[in-house]
Amino acid sequence: MSILLSKNTRVICQGFTGSQGTFHSEQAIQYGTRMVGGVTPGKGGQIHLGLPVFNTVKDAIRDTGAEASVIYVPAPFCKDSILEAAFAGIKLIVCITEGIPTLDMLDVKVKCDELGVRLIGPNCPGVITPGESKIGIMPGNIHKQGRVGIVSRSGTLTYEAVKQTTDFGFGQSSCVGIGGDPIPGSNFIDILALFEKDEQTEAIVMIGEIGGTAEEEAAAYIKANVRKPVVSYIAGVTAPAGKRMGHAGAIISGGKGTAAEKFAALQDAGVKTVRSLADIGNGIKEITGW
Amino acid sequence: MNLHEYQAKQLFAEYGLPVSTGYAVDTPEDATAAADKLGGDKWVVKAQVHAGGRGKAGGVKLVSSKEEIRAFAEKWLGKNLVTYQTDANGQPVSKILVETCTDIAQELYLGAVIDRSSRRIVFMASTEGGVEIEKVAEETPEKIIKATIDPLCGAQPFQARELAFQLGLNDLQVKQFTNLFLGLAKLFADLDLALLEINPLVITSEGNLHCLDGKITIDGNAMYRQPKLRAMHDPSQDDEREARAAKWELNYVALDGNIGCMVNGAGLAMGTMDIVQLHGGKPANFLDVGGGATKERVTEAFKIILSDSNVQAVLINIFGGIVRCDMIAEGIIGAVAEVGVTVPVVVRLEGNNAELGRKVLGDSGLNIIAASSLTDAAEKVVAAARGVK
Repeated sequence: MSILLSKNTRVICQGFTGSQGTFHSEQAIQYGTRMVGGVTPGKGGQIHLGLPVFNTVKDAIRDTGAEASVIYVPAPFCKDSILEAAFAGIKLIVCITEGIPTLDMLDVKVKCDELGVRLIGPNCPGVITPGESKIGIMPGNIHKQGRVGIVSRSGTLTYEAVKQTTDFGFGQSSCVGIGGDPIPGSNFIDILALFEKDEQTEAIVMIGEIGGTAEEEAAAYIKANVRKPVVSYIAGVTAPAGKRMGHAGAIISGGKGTAAEKFAALQDAGVKTVRSLADIGNGIKEITGW
Repeated sequence: MNLHEYQAKQLFAEYGLPVSTGYAVDTPEDATAAADKLGGDKWVVKAQVHAGGRGKAGGVKLVSSKEEIRAFAEKWLGKNLVTYQTDANGQPVSKILVETCTDIAQELYLGAVIDRSSRRIVFMASTEGGVEIEKVAEETPEKIIKATIDPLCGAQPFQARELAFQLGLNDLQVKQFTNLFLGLAKLFADLDLALLEINPLVITSEGNLHCLDGKITIDGNAMYRQPKLRAMHDPSQDDEREARAAKWELNYVALDGNIGCMVNGAGLAMGTMDIVQLHGGKPANFLDVGGGATKERVTEAFKIILSDSNVQAVLINIFGGIVRCDMIAEGIIGAVAEVGVTVPVVVRLEGNNAELGRKVLGDSGLNIIAASSLTDAAEKVVAAARGVK
């Protein structure tokens, strides 16, 4: 088993015929993702990448039985696209787009919760279940089916963790990029809960970064609820206060959200923390004895 | 994006909130003329910079003559104001706000932010206004009272009353506070704010609520739909290199070390800075070249990194996801040749076509140090930076 996504999950792409949607849908199809179509308003009825294009998500669900959607539309239109998918009945929405206004996300999050929709992102690399299916922009070839679940706020840091777990031979059960925005659709706790229940996942890597208190909240959750071994790395020890480090969420404000606080909270929860990004694989080896 | 106090107050006034009459001026002549227009015999003059702590730094003054106004304007216009919130160089003062004077009976605090944990806009109020609110929050958190705004209903008058009565306001002030609260909530939502602060919100000696200061930060992601706010942007308050980087869609933040860093991805860029420090070096900057690292952008990134004279070595750390490392290598070679890089450059390429990329770099004949791993890269760049000294 895996979390969120398997080889059977029927996936559509919103923004299918655009350059991003086209490129990454091609990659996904090559990887083995069960892509069943796409949505571009006004282009319904066309065939793109050998798959049907629909005008609306509703049409796509009706004709393909789609359960998941990946969104590549530009930021100003993402709120609309996410809500369209959520109201149409899609249960897993992965939004890759960066730069969505935070107030849009407040509304979107309320509605997704109300409708029981699992939203991953925005501003994230997506979700992959190695060897089965991928939704997003991560390179499939660095992954290896296996036993470590990875959850991260950052795309390229996820790739580092993936490479190390692949090089050590552990492989990954599923990898989830929750995104670098202040209001993510899913947070660490949502994904940790899924990994804790998932049989294939034997150890968890959690990669955080400065800003906000999501890592501290995750630490409290791990302490109370997670029995599987967890290795964690937090990026941004060297980041100064008040400076936004690329991600909209990565800013130390009012003295809160520092890496030191996050490391301390995770250690207190029994998490194995590593100070060097290069030590993630070693950290897993150490606590699991693999 | 941040606004100046005078801009925040303009917006407050548009939303019917009580602010002092004032003029933002950029010459000493206009400063004294502003006092004439305002009338009276006492004024407040305030240097306009994007930083708090202006009062303690001498950037705010109560004055009672036009000579004092002129002296204040001559002292600050064109100079930099250094406060505890700025770096050692401070922020340039290009405007001064000349305002009518307000007699203060009590100082309160009122602010609003987007709270990540509750995923709501949260208002915070306190009787401890006029001071560093961060300290109040840390030392006496019970003195900060909160109201959470429901995204679907919006701010409601009862929430304002709950705050107002807890602040100990009288009946008239409760009504004024309710107007203020609802106006600010509307402003926050209309203008895509990320942060709003009135510190202090004062009770005047006549017993009225009055916004004595104003701080507004706008969500950068929403600028595309806030043209009016975009026009208020003051580029003089931005770091020059950061602004130049932004033009190329590069994310750059200057730091005070000597090892320049060029990385793809914000998280990896932070992780790279951290590993440099872990191995005894000091990063000179954060720089995310983003996903589409073309030759042009790599070249521009080099120029920006090297415009910092403290840089004694450069570390390039690229994890090629979709992008091919051999293409990045070509970009690096082109950039090194074009820019004429004289400091050692350590490159770590990983991911898509990494081996080919390393070969391309090795064959280039340029002084580029190839690293086999992240740790190796950090060790090599730290050693290289020491070698230059």
